[in-house]
Amino acid sequence: MSAGGHANANQQPQLATVRGTRQVDLVRGDGGSVVVRISGDWHLQHGMPTPSSVGAALTSGPLPQHVSVDTRDLKGWDSSLISFLVGLDDICRARKIPFERGSLPAGLTRLIELAETVPENKDAQLKVDQDPFVARLGAAYMRQVDDAVKFVEFIGMVALAFANFVRGRSRYRRSDLLEIIQECGSNALGIVSLISYMVGVILAFMGAVQLEEFGAAIYVASLVGIGMVREMGAMMTAIIMAGRTGAAFAAELGTMKVTQEIDALTTMGISPMEFLVLPRMIALILMMPLLCLYSDFVGILGGATVGVVVLGLSFRTYWHETIHAITMVALAGGLIKSAVYGVLIALAGCYQGFECGNSSLAVGRATTAAVVSSIVMIVVACGLFAVLFNILGI
Amino acid sequence: MRETGGGGGTAGNGALVSRAAPDADRAAHIEVRNLTMAYGDFVVMRDLNFKVRHREIFVIMGASGSGKSTLLRYLLGLLEPTIGEIFYDGVNFTQAAPEEREAMLRRFGVLYQSGALWSSMTLAENIGLPLGQFTNLSAAEISEVAALKLALVGLKGFEDYYPSQISGGMQKRAGLARAIALDPAILFFDEPSAGLDPVSSRLLDELILALRDSLGATVVVVSHELPSIFAIADNSVYLDAVTHTIIANGNPHELLAHSTEPRVREFLTRGRPGENSEKANG
Repeated sequence: MSAGGHANANQQPQLATVRGTRQVDLVRGDGGSVVVRISGDWHLQHGMPTPSSVGAALTSGPLPQHVSVDTRDLKGWDSSLISFLVGLDDICRARKIPFERGSLPAGLTRLIELAETVPENKDAQLKVDQDPFVARLGAAYMRQVDDAVKFVEFIGMVALAFANFVRGRSRYRRSDLLEIIQECGSNALGIVSLISYMVGVILAFMGAVQLEEFGAAIYVASLVGIGMVREMGAMMTAIIMAGRTGAAFAAELGTMKVTQEIDALTTMGISPMEFLVLPRMIALILMMPLLCLYSDFVGILGGATVGVVVLGLSFRTYWHETIHAITMVALAGGLIKSAVYGVLIALAGCYQGFECGNSSLAVGRATTAAVVSSIVMIVVACGLFAVLFNILGI
Repeated sequence: MRETGGGGGTAGNGALVSRAAPDADRAAHIEVRNLTMAYGDFVVMRDLNFKVRHREIFVIMGASGSGKSTLLRYLLGLLEPTIGEIFYDGVNFTQAAPEEREAMLRRFGVLYQSGALWSSMTLAENIGLPLGQFTNLSAAEISEVAALKLALVGLKGFEDYYPSQISGGMQKRAGLARAIALDPAILFFDEPSAGLDPVSSRLLDELILALRDSLGATVVVVSHELPSIFAIADNSVYLDAVTHTIIANGNPHELLAHSTEPRVREFLTRGRPGENSEKANG
């Protein structure tokens, strides 16, 4: 960038590297011996020369027989110099050139010795994945299979916990359940209202553009009514709850895993499935249909606003048309769907929380995975429902 | 300096030995047979065999990363052994049916490294939870017992605090109060002194000794804190990260005096042994 005083820094003179006040000179003596003269102020802030550039200069000519270091003019130093000297030593050792550090400041000598005497821990060198592509592909596939098996196991454990719940034998705190119900029920009303209202408005506008062309604006009411009740009410609440509650479940349980709170439950003989998953699952199964019903209503209200204000329909006619269009079966279908979405959100959130690794990073990852997987499952389930309802003729 | 430290320790040890001596041949409370601990293909420890007698304070020692806490997770059934079995009072814990195992777990009290208090509950609720789940006590009785347990660990008056509102040392003590909520037969401690100042750490050691004496519980401690090990341990095993198995089993004072294993001596002397362990390590 603005070069200024550092402009000469990147030049590669044959036998010297200069940057700021720090300087490395190679002085070739007779008999193939080279003295590395180090002088000036060595500080990390000023950057550091790569040992390899000096190494290259060292070995550019005839290979030196002996390398030594001269630090008489050294003014100040920090770990940049240590790193440089250790690197230089490595280069010389690799080329079997005798390397002599000479008389360094006492502290410097000790630190270099520390850096060099500790044997490299073989276990510490993580194995870099050098497997061929096919092997890695296979391993990735096996991981996917493992994950799928684990998820199915998780569903099984949840089912067992439910069986205990039905028999009245499950261990959970009623106060927890009520708290979660409040959290994923009434506390979600605000955002569900806003989103549902806007969806109603959008549906109404979308329909109005087409329907007005042949004077059938009144059918906007049916369109919004059926659209909200059959699909959008359940879908939008599910997506809101996946982002809101599913993420919260994963983060809560993930953190509890990291802090060993889940282990503490297990070793106390309290099943985390019953104590943690069950209340969350029940809360969502109970609240999702209620939220969905509410969302249907608010969405229709949004549509009505467009109908009355923009299309000039009377509220009365709009309302009648809506009531006329909505069937009980469609309404029930939407509510059933929302309960199923609730199960999916709770499953994804709790599963990701339990599968969370042991770090704060893993909690973040679990939260993301919970939201993504629950939304994917919701959309897939929605598609399956559409096919199913079509076959059933609903 | 070393002389006085060793002398004091030996005296304390003498007292412990004499107390434990009359029933030295008591049946094993915990027995580990041929346990192999592994993560996938990576074997952490193999062929672990040891016994813990009733009312004994048993320390699992070892360098950092040798698998001490992992061994504890196996003992608690949080990990399933690939090979080997664990017995409690002669009952096979590893192969126990889920209900049987749950009943056995109820006799355990565990203090986790960070306390692992349930952060959404107050201290009283933390201690009250197992009481509410496994006893027929009324709510009033539960809060009374919870207050008592908190008082035992020096946290009287902190009933309505949440774990995040108290210090790390207090969280640990509260975790201990929860661990002893059901008057367990076996208490497990995962690095009890980790993160504590020297005084709190010594107080916790004394609390462990007092609990063993008063509750009559068997105590299993994972630790690498030498002062704590010498102060409380009746018996111990040393997990060796090099050979991946137990290389010493016995009272730490006796191990210090007689063990010929260089790495055990090195561990027990903070790496400043009188003799050849340096060379053995190099």
